[in-house]
Amino acid sequence: MSTEILNGNHTAAYAAFLCDVDVVAAYPITPQTPVVELIAEFVESGRLKARFIRVESEHSAMSVCVGAAFAGARTFTATASQGLALMHEVLHWAAGARLPIVMCNVNRALGSPWSIWADYSDSAAQRDTGWLQVYCKDNQEILDSVIQGYRISEDSRVLLPVMVCYEGFILSHTYMPVHLPPREEILDYAPKKKPSWALNFDAPYTHGNLVLPVHFQHLRRQMHEAMQMARKVIVEAVDEFRKRFGRFHGALVETYQMEDAEHAIVSIGSLGAESFLAVDLLREEGLRVGAVRVRFYRPFPSEELRQLLKEVHSVTVFDRFASYGKGGMLSVEVRDALFELKDPPAVHGYVVGLGGVDVPYTVLADFVRRTVKDYAKVKRREEVIML
Amino acid sequence: MKLPFGLPREEFLLPGHTACPGCGATIALRIVMKALGPRTVFVIPACCSTVIQGIFPGSSFAVPVVNIPFEAAAAVAAGVSAALEQLGEKDFSVVAWAGDGGTFDIGLQALSGAAERNDNILYICYDNEMYSNTGIQRSSATPIGAWTTTTPTGKREHKKDLLRIVSAHHVPYAATATIAFPKDLYEKVRKARQIRGFKFLHILTPCPVGWRFDASKTVEISRLAVQTGYWALYEIEHGKLRISPAFTPYLDKSRRKPIDEFLKHQLRFRTMTPELKAELERAIEEGIERLKREAELV
Repeated sequence: MSTEILNGNHTAAYAAFLCDVDVVAAYPITPQTPVVELIAEFVESGRLKARFIRVESEHSAMSVCVGAAFAGARTFTATASQGLALMHEVLHWAAGARLPIVMCNVNRALGSPWSIWADYSDSAAQRDTGWLQVYCKDNQEILDSVIQGYRISEDSRVLLPVMVCYEGFILSHTYMPVHLPPREEILDYAPKKKPSWALNFDAPYTHGNLVLPVHFQHLRRQMHEAMQMARKVIVEAVDEFRKRFGRFHGALVETYQMEDAEHAIVSIGSLGAESFLAVDLLREEGLRVGAVRVRFYRPFPSEELRQLLKEVHSVTVFDRFASYGKGGMLSVEVRDALFELKDPPAVHGYVVGLGGVDVPYTVLADFVRRTVKDYAKVKRREEVIML
Repeated sequence: MKLPFGLPREEFLLPGHTACPGCGATIALRIVMKALGPRTVFVIPACCSTVIQGIFPGSSFAVPVVNIPFEAAAAVAAGVSAALEQLGEKDFSVVAWAGDGGTFDIGLQALSGAAERNDNILYICYDNEMYSNTGIQRSSATPIGAWTTTTPTGKREHKKDLLRIVSAHHVPYAATATIAFPKDLYEKVRKARQIRGFKFLHILTPCPVGWRFDASKTVEISRLAVQTGYWALYEIEHGKLRISPAFTPYLDKSRRKPIDEFLKHQLRFRTMTPELKAELERAIEEGIERLKREAELV
């Protein structure tokens, strides 16, 4: 195992390299561009024996991946923001066709107006496409999530694409030490295998022609069941990963100081890492606070949240994405997960950090203090915050 | 034993397809499939062939088919081709089989991308000169003067010259064809199959429903398109333009049939004004003179 100082984007490129992908198709977009550049270097230097198709748009990037995945190849792409939005149609197609594609999305706000900085409005808007979504808190988790992503995605019980999300600049351009396991060990953990349905001249199948409503609903129900099954496969995959490589970022969620917590923070992505620091600060003040970082947003960790939060008095949810006219979708889903509890905790949701506004842990702690002060009177709060 | 025109007997388009009676695209498809054989992947965007395949769990295609979104044909085909090569497959064809809407209009960007990259695919546009599958709307392949449901008084603009757009990408092979000349079509596909890189075939496929003619006349209309000079048959191989033998006689204006012979069977031209017809005739004449110059025949 070697350790390199890498930014998030180069980590993503290394992950594709170490997973020995067969076909890469990508289009440059800030802040994802260094992923594409490093993969080009890997391919042109001969270190990565893959086909790299320099497409003319993100729509075509995902289309190339769809075609290559149909042929049974291991595929990779990376994008951000407007690029992900342009892919939208093909994202549905990839999931509907049950293609095991892994893609990195470097979270960046959507225009108008132009912003190149982080929020989750790009990937959150793709929540219902049928992709698994994992949100990373540091660069090591980017590497490990891509590796785990191939194992989960190509599992015959899942066969759904995986989107590995990390925030633009906050992770994409920040250098951190990253442990890189040897490629053989990674390929032993996530071996390449050709799906049984891959294109075959001797057994020709027609993929995706017109289906009648009764069959369509059946296929979509299977997709939902595969997403539910992915919960189990994710747990298996991260356990095996911990055994082999000694690292653990959580399965569907990562927890911090939740054992005796009276108040909880729920957040996602790098906000999750900040929330752990906020816990330390608040505990120094004598508040029994813990944190849950949602790692997989799809499948959504409803059961995990229910178990973790059933005893707490309050939950403060931090979202980096707004559903205009409602609020933060993470807080909506957390509240939904807790609905079945006999005496559910107060849930105070805050949308913060839109368009890359910095959200330090001290700010998160301020909001938690506010929750702790009035949770008994205010059961529900939904606010979009300007810092 | 072979079929007429020397076409092989083996069929890859199976009985039970759901095309309209007299469908020109289906005739083209049958010939193209015979020319390509079993080691072929068809990549099909939204178009009439989406329907022609039939309904799941059936399929009228005896080769692998990938259905994909409307504007994605060239890119998906490029992905299939690259992946099959990367996985060690040899001697196969990947065909993007798209209508004129998916090629001239919504799919033009992906087509341009794949052509410029010289991806190893055969892109075939079967051109029925409108959005037929959605019920006869104008596309940029619709000719001047033609009625469609979105040009109820006739289209005012010329058809886009797609083959020139594609050949401007320096592709190794681009050609036109139409179903009334099956041997010409068959041989062009056979030739394209042997060439590595981006190949483009533009096939005029008359549509009885959209062009408003009797379903028994599809081949006749296709033949008249060539005989009147409306549809020229030629190929451009590595930049070199060659007129196809089937079209050579019609380079001579005196041997061409009047354009009315082509137009009169089709109710889509019923409301065509004399001005628009004159403009169509002028464009045909200009196009053929240009072909002659580029083929270095004058």
